[in-house]
Amino acid sequence: MSIKKTYEEINEKIKNGCAVVVSAEEVIDIVKEKGIKDAAKYVDVVTTATFGPMCSTGAFLNFGHSDPPIRMTKVTLNDVAAYSGLAAVDAYIGATEISESKGIEYGGAHVICDLIDGKKIRLKATSPGTDCYPRLEIDTYITKDSINEAYLFNPRNAYQNYSAAINTSDKALYTYMGILQPNMGNINYCTSGQLSPLFNDPLYRTIGIGTRIFLAGTTGYISWQGTQFFSDRERDENGIPLSPAATLAVVGDLKKMSTEYIKPAVFEKYGISMFVGIGIPIPILDEEMMKFVSIEDKDLYTSIVDYSVPSRNKPTLGRVNYAQLRSGSINLNGKSIKTAPITSLYKSRKIAEELKKLIMEGNFYLQQPIEAFPLNNRLNTLEIIDAEEE
Amino acid sequence: MKKKIFLIFPPHLTDQPITYTLIKKYDLKTNILRASINYNTQGNLLLELEGTKENISSGIRYLENIGVKVDFIHTEIKWDEKACIHCGACTAVCPSDALKLDSNSWLLSFNAEECLGCKLCIKACPLKIITNGL
Ligand code: SF4
Ligand code: SF4
Repeated sequence: MSIKKTYEEINEKIKNGCAVVVSAEEVIDIVKEKGIKDAAKYVDVVTTATFGPMCSTGAFLNFGHSDPPIRMTKVTLNDVAAYSGLAAVDAYIGATEISESKGIEYGGAHVICDLIDGKKIRLKATSPGTDCYPRLEIDTYITKDSINEAYLFNPRNAYQNYSAAINTSDKALYTYMGILQPNMGNINYCTSGQLSPLFNDPLYRTIGIGTRIFLAGTTGYISWQGTQFFSDRERDENGIPLSPAATLAVVGDLKKMSTEYIKPAVFEKYGISMFVGIGIPIPILDEEMMKFVSIEDKDLYTSIVDYSVPSRNKPTLGRVNYAQLRSGSINLNGKSIKTAPITSLYKSRKIAEELKKLIMEGNFYLQQPIEAFPLNNRLNTLEIIDAEEE
Repeated sequence: MKKKIFLIFPPHLTDQPITYTLIKKYDLKTNILRASINYNTQGNLLLELEGTKENISSGIRYLENIGVKVDFIHTEIKWDEKACIHCGACTAVCPSDALKLDSNSWLLSFNAEECLGCKLCIKACPLKIITNGL
């Protein structure tokens, strides 16, 4: 008889403190030892995690009203511009926005972390003034406790697979994938591999809209498919996409986050990004889910892409698996090339452990997705056309 | 054997042909990894010595005798271990594996003796926690 478990059954076990929860790394040996069927019977939840730079990160803030009130049109937080083309005192601070005075040394990501840390942030805003909002400017300080809502809303996080980067030119390249040394000096890669959320649920059976997740130290939710969601990618026999595919839009309460699990990143000569910690629990509903989560680095493939070609479609130099990338060097056309991660496996593991603990202690329950992601999504490109063209 | 040493010269020694002496008199291969020496001001030199153990010891004794300060594990970078997230971005550029990720724990370690002082890691660290140690 095949194994079937429901969300309700698993949550009941969590409530009774008897759910078996293991990380996506630990589960590999369990499956080897017990086989898929017995492992599916035994394990209830598998925790996955990632901690890598995710540029598409930002936070919505509501500052509260001053007296007399102001309809803010231009807002800066510690000298970093926040988008305020919204209602009077709402703004969105994007992680990659840079300081007007300090450049890429300080930016939106830093403002977000300073807010989380409870620091005072200087808020400056101007307005043309209206009958209902007569104030023309404001210069004050806020903290996360002095304002109303503050929630992280990230349009694109947790990429399902990502290409590794190399540089065949004779000049060093400074990229969001780190420094790429000339003449194929190194290969940088950027997923947590066998621990990565979407590698463990490749067909989005349990990760969808409404899934409850661990986000930067607190509970968060998947709110939508992430931007550039490209699920209609070529896949291997395990359903794993061979190139960057699905992404997640996530939301969570910034006030409850911890800078242990979210950090500003400054990439030399590129700009600001943000390391975001995401953990996703995967319920073992049946043997198929068990098979998905038992995937190993050696079965996960990605392409090596040449970043020295400054066009949309960069040439691919070969295909590698994550076990090869993790080994520290790769042989490419007879040359041994050093590999380096950009995603912290150490932190990813810490998140998977933290989430495990939360579930085992009955402080985190699984939420079934309200709606599943499409499997046939493709990407459009941006073409340069003039007004008459279709 | 090889040994890496960091030399600090007082101003009156900056005109001494010390590498020449090390080569000629002590039969050492010298490899200058980094130098900042200006005539009549304090200078420093990051040097790799190659030769027999005895010759290296004698060479170092000679340097100390003439008044050069010799530092064995000097490094020009400072790594703020507490603030490190162990991402590994710095390891991509480190030419000597002085910065290395452990393949079990995936924690970064820094081995000052292997550091060549190239400072590429300062630029590569997205958290900006590797700084100039001088
Ligand atoms: S200074 Fe150069 S050799 Fe030393 S740790 Fe940094 S990258 Fe490695
Ligand atoms: S790049 Fe910086 S944060 Fe990342 S491992 Fe190296 S020192 Fe640590």
